[in-house]
Amino acid sequence: MFEDIGNLMHGFSVVVQPYNLVLMVIGIVLGVLVGVLPGLGGANGVAILLPLTFSMSPTSAIIMLSCIYWGALFGGAITSILFNIPGEPWSVATTFDGYPMAQQGRAGEALTAAFTSSFVGALFAVIMITLVAPLVASFALRFGPAEIFSVYFLAFCSFVGLSKEPPFKTIAAMMLGFALGSVGLDQVTGQLRLTFGFETLLSGFDFLIAVIGLFGIGEILLTMEEGLSFRGKSAKINLKIVVQTWKQLPKYWFLSLRSCLIGCWMGISPAGATPASFMSYGIAKRISKRGKNFGKGEIEGVIAPETAAHAAGTSALLPMISLGVPGSPTAAVLLGGLLIWGLQPGPLLFTEQKDFVWGLIASMYMGNIVGLIVVLTCVPVFAAILRIPFSVIAPVILVFCAIGAYTVHNNTFDVVMMLVFGVVGYFMKKTNYPLAPMVLAIVLGDKAEESFRQSLLGSQGSLGIFWSNGLVSTIMTLGLIALFWPAISAGWTRVRGSAGLRPAE
Amino acid sequence: MSETTHESGGTGPSHRSAEVGVALAIAAIGVIAVVGSMRIGSGWSPEGPQAGFFPFYIGLIIIVACAVNLAKVFAAADDGALFANWTQLRQVASVVVPTAVYVFAIPQIGMYVSSALLIAVFMRWLGHYRWSVVAAVSVVVPIFTFFMFEIWFLVPLPKGPVERMLGF
Repeated sequence: MFEDIGNLMHGFSVVVQPYNLVLMVIGIVLGVLVGVLPGLGGANGVAILLPLTFSMSPTSAIIMLSCIYWGALFGGAITSILFNIPGEPWSVATTFDGYPMAQQGRAGEALTAAFTSSFVGALFAVIMITLVAPLVASFALRFGPAEIFSVYFLAFCSFVGLSKEPPFKTIAAMMLGFALGSVGLDQVTGQLRLTFGFETLLSGFDFLIAVIGLFGIGEILLTMEEGLSFRGKSAKINLKIVVQTWKQLPKYWFLSLRSCLIGCWMGISPAGATPASFMSYGIAKRISKRGKNFGKGEIEGVIAPETAAHAAGTSALLPMISLGVPGSPTAAVLLGGLLIWGLQPGPLLFTEQKDFVWGLIASMYMGNIVGLIVVLTCVPVFAAILRIPFSVIAPVILVFCAIGAYTVHNNTFDVVMMLVFGVVGYFMKKTNYPLAPMVLAIVLGDKAEESFRQSLLGSQGSLGIFWSNGLVSTIMTLGLIALFWPAISAGWTRVRGSAGLRPAE
Repeated sequence: MSETTHESGGTGPSHRSAEVGVALAIAAIGVIAVVGSMRIGSGWSPEGPQAGFFPFYIGLIIIVACAVNLAKVFAAADDGALFANWTQLRQVASVVVPTAVYVFAIPQIGMYVSSALLIAVFMRWLGHYRWSVVAAVSVVVPIFTFFMFEIWFLVPLPKGPVERMLGF
């Protein structure tokens, strides 16, 4: 425990070096931009900028990239409140009350509340990570292949149970990801598989290309179809409004605490920030005395989803650094970054790469403080960027996606693949196939398969290995419950009659 | 498929046909995975599971999941919902087509020149900007990316005849 605090202090000393501080501010600004612009989100923003960090030290690189992530989390709130356009899926719930507040001329208040509660949510999650991550990591060091596979199993089953898309579509999308991930060289036998003689498939499908295509290009196509024109409310935010809003925030402490807990819980399971924000909004609406005012510009309706989304977005990094299982697509991209910088994600990071892990955790604290200051002072600038017409923004985003896709392997064929993934993403999104589990499956496919095969090797092919001891059976059983959760909850509602309460979206 | 559903937003392919199309496409990938895995051995060898072991079952699950999704589409009554109307699809095509030309132009004429052309086409064709504005933006953005990538972060991008002429 005390050793961890010492490590954290050392982490802070790394983070406050001027070079890293500059990277931090650059990361936050780029992140807010990425969060504000349509077609760029946390995941593909980080994916596009990942190649820029190849020449940096891993610690500086992760500081910059994680700050892009924080910035994107903050940025989503700006578009939701001022333009009624959620920049990110997790800020959809923020539009319900944020935009009405802006229409009533209370944009400054809404923005301050959103940023501050984001900050509170993130801070809560970081403190949780600081305390829990080392314990989880030291516990996970004893995991064998069967336990490791069971953790992957639980992660992927949670997607089926928790996502709001139809379960069989989630399964289809996820398995499609596994299939794409298994193309190329087989890690265990060194055999080529599913390449069908195409040389370009030898190295398989890179998930960074998939992320840039599915999320970036796909999103631009969707925006283009809707023919969006941005007509936003003006953002007047000054110190007086900020201080006034801060004065009323403490009385919502219980709401914040509840939203933090929901966010942390949902963030660790890979369902992530989006359902967390909806759940927190739904519960706040049901419990609050002013519940019936929700949707008409209630400040509680901004605090609840923003706190939960940020807490979830931050705690999604807990399983990534302690177990090597990312809790969100953006965490998955960061994990991909670790592999590229030559680090092995997983529990060993805490013993072998102390500087890196604690630098990352320290940068979570610092990054959110810097982020809060940057967004509070620069809102008008970011809002002005949104007024640039889409016919200018769209090609510029396309160019940056293409550059990002190219620089991953310096390969022009990847740019073609990016466009293919973009069109695929457009169709999948339109027909309600979730993209996040697909991306996670492409990233984790190799590792999940490796642990699966190693376990079976140990047991001579018997699936009994996954129920061979208390720990692994518990995780596997939890996974099965998560997998069959849609069926279980449907059955439960039927048993209790039609009066059963439906869980919030 | 019912592609002539009349609604206020105009006509277009039905949502149902898109659902069927996507499910069939994913199922096709499942079949490819199963066939490909069987070719390299999807069973158990003396050294343990063969290379095709994992993708084989993945492919099977894909096929089953798609069958369920298809069954659901056909079990529900056709509500006549549109996937998108033709105007919207034309908008989407107006991004996909120039981008497709762009990605194939990159290896030939380099990242910077093709990017400038893409931005110019978009601004002039979809945004109807004056030529002076079009020229300014489409030249400034690639120059900015040049400095950001080649100079500051030392990441080389593909170059074509124009850059060679300028001596890079």
